[in-house]
Amino acid sequence: MDIIKSQNGADTALSLKGRLDTVTSPKLQDALTEVLSGSGDVELDFAGIDYVSSAGLRVLLFGQKKSQSSGKSMKLKNVSPEVMEVFEITGFSGMLTIE
Amino acid sequence: MHELKVSANVERLEEVLDFIAADAEILPADAKFKNNLKIAVEEIFVNIALYAYPSGEGDVVISASTAPDNITVEFRDSGTPYNPLIKTDPDTTLSIDEREIGGLGIFMVKQMMDSVAYRYEDGFNIFTMSKHWSG
Repeated sequence: MDIIKSQNGADTALSLKGRLDTVTSPKLQDALTEVLSGSGDVELDFAGIDYVSSAGLRVLLFGQKKSQSSGKSMKLKNVSPEVMEVFEITGFSGMLTIE
Repeated sequence: MHELKVSANVERLEEVLDFIAADAEILPADAKFKNNLKIAVEEIFVNIALYAYPSGEGDVVISASTAPDNITVEFRDSGTPYNPLIKTDPDTTLSIDEREIGGLGIFMVKQMMDSVAYRYEDGFNIFTMSKHWSG
């Protein structure tokens, strides 16, 4: 999975490409940890992601909890139907902010 | 039948996903079906890789058999006897603050496959799962 980071003022957008699986998820966790230690919000562009396993969900839950506890927002956009199905099966569609 | 013997190590995940993708590609099923099948395979493989051999290295044999309207995947390892199906399902209606991290992988497997079964036989953990498509 590749992560492309872009900055818009204090806010950060992370554009993801590839699979969010057991091996690649720690990379997103590291990126979110860094971004959420700053002052702005974070937007995750899922256009390039077609696969999310439970390891990916755990990282998204981590990001959601961390952003909420520090008064920021984490939003997901361009979620594919395959990934949305995973969010729905696991109840994540109700917990995440998906545009 | 198509079989892969691989070291039970998460570093081998890509090889495992390539193995099942080769089977999934030729199925007359939709993208969601194929995606769910791959996720279920990852979840079981990773469980075995993380927990089956606490004191060292071991293998897992994954075999996939395709019938006219379904696919069955079997995982066989000689590690610690463990039935992943006894794990309690997470409560997916809980709010973000109450939601816990564990148990999600096996829950996804149960939701994404049509049938799952575990047995311990002759020193092997054998986990079998299958999924049907329609049309």
